[in-house]
Amino acid sequence: MGTGSLLMLATLEGTVMAAVLALAAVGLSLTFGVMRVVNVAHGEFFMLGAVLAWAVAQAMPSAPLGFVAALLIAPALVGALAWVTDTALLKRLNYNPDSTIVATIGLSYLIQQGALSFFGPDARAVAAPFTLRLQFPGFGYSGYKLFVVAAALLVLLAVWWGLTRSRAGLVMRATQVDRNTARAFGINVDRVYAGTFALGAALAALAAVLLAPISQAHYLMGHDPLLLSFIVVIIGGLGSLRGTLLAALVIGLADGILSMLYPPTLAKILATLAVAMVLVFRPQGLFGDRT
Amino acid sequence: MLQIEGLTAGYGAVTVLREVNLIAEPGRVTCVMGRNGAGKTTLLRSIMGQTTRLSGGIFLNRTPLHNLPAHEVPGHGIGYVPQGRRLFGPLTVAENLQIGLMTRSKSAATLERVLTLFPRLRERLNQQAGTLSGGEQQMLALARALCLEPSVLLLDEPTEGLQPSMIQLIRDSVTSLKAEGVAIILVEQRVEAVLSIADTIAFMAQGQIVETLPAQGIGPEPFQRHIGI
Ligand SMILES: Nc1ncnc2c1ncn2[C@@H]1O[C@H](COP(=O)(O)OP(=O)(O)OP(=O)(O)O)[C@@H](O)[C@H]1O
Ligand SMILES: [Mg+2]
Repeated sequence: MGTGSLLMLATLEGTVMAAVLALAAVGLSLTFGVMRVVNVAHGEFFMLGAVLAWAVAQAMPSAPLGFVAALLIAPALVGALAWVTDTALLKRLNYNPDSTIVATIGLSYLIQQGALSFFGPDARAVAAPFTLRLQFPGFGYSGYKLFVVAAALLVLLAVWWGLTRSRAGLVMRATQVDRNTARAFGINVDRVYAGTFALGAALAALAAVLLAPISQAHYLMGHDPLLLSFIVVIIGGLGSLRGTLLAALVIGLADGILSMLYPPTLAKILATLAVAMVLVFRPQGLFGDRT
Repeated sequence: MLQIEGLTAGYGAVTVLREVNLIAEPGRVTCVMGRNGAGKTTLLRSIMGQTTRLSGGIFLNRTPLHNLPAHEVPGHGIGYVPQGRRLFGPLTVAENLQIGLMTRSKSAATLERVLTLFPRLRERLNQQAGTLSGGEQQMLALARALCLEPSVLLLDEPTEGLQPSMIQLIRDSVTSLKAEGVAIILVEQRVEAVLSIADTIAFMAQGQIVETLPAQGIGPEPFQRHIGI
């Protein structure tokens, strides 16, 4: 394969990675931005999305049908679980920043062990809804992976539109600024929080469902996305949607390209360096507007 | 008519208000005066359901408000202009007003009326609220509360830190709201402002209403006695 083809392949892989990462990271960023809750269980919501996708797909008669069902059902279930978590756990902790970190650490352990008990320790393959191979100069590429990019983009656009243009988004942004004043204008802050937490978790789950046909579902798969999501959110600026999207693109692309061309460790070292640089020189993140 | 009866309330375990009684009648301005820390803001926040109530009650035309969750209070027509304005700073002027309209599902006609009162806001609809000047921010805080067409309006030091022309504008708006029959509770520190629009003056000290007097014919003595000016 020539250098040009290799570079193109690496870019494609990086784009797929960036798309999935952006979805997961936006979920984390949203939760932190609106609620000031650092959700350590975010990676496990991601994992649960993939594992549930496998379970749902398993129960359906055909692969395409199974995938479509998983795409709808898994994020909805994970979102519902997050909603319950918010009301039963986080709300009772008064959304105290320290307590919620500890609580979500506990939650992540529970979800992980739950997934292990119910679905076992094996990596499960989820069939892609279609098997289309696209021929590029010098190499063939999975049509499904390109579909993942398109789907993620679509969802991200919808999230962006929802936040900036819809009534629900306005209510979320107002709550983020000042929850007491929001209440004084009729905003049901409890519902906004539960909804935001559910949406954040559902986005992680959706990212995982999209990724499942590429990389299998497994009860330990939540670690990497959690770490990467945090990296993206730190670099982009906590709670900044624009920053998160941009950082996801940069990190995803860099990770994808570098790990194609160089040993994967080097890619991780570079990402770590980038985080360190941002933390030292711009601790609020590249686009963070809050200290 | 808004009626506060024997209200004892505070923040968590801290009791701030003790046995407070106060009445706000339609078309009248009730001024609440008191030294810093007397509990004026806490009183208004209590009406909005934002404090912990120990005993007593708050009634709007005999309907109890004190058992409602905080976000259901404004739906009964209570507009709140908090101390320090508390705008949604990163949101635009239009979005701040939109939130006011949403509170009681008011339409564009309401917005139009409010913007006629404050033309300067109309010119700045797409500006971030946090970047407005102090006076404009206060206009927006008032306009946002008027967007829910309140029957009761709570104003917490609306002229704090404003220059005379701006104070005049705020005072004119309060006067016209009063004429429209809105019941107004105004927390205000400056005596001459109080004298020019108040119907009743309630003096607060250490979480209690220590004296309530009609504004008509009031001399300097009560002010001296209660707030030392
Ligand atoms: N969130 C809170 N938690 C605990 N105590 C509070 C809180 N807010 C206010 N207080 C206390 O309640 C008392 C009354 O405060 P409040 O803000 O109501 O006074 P105020 O009369 O509005 O004063 P100012 O003229 O300075 O605005 C003060 O002793 C204050 O320290
Ligand atoms: Mg005050």
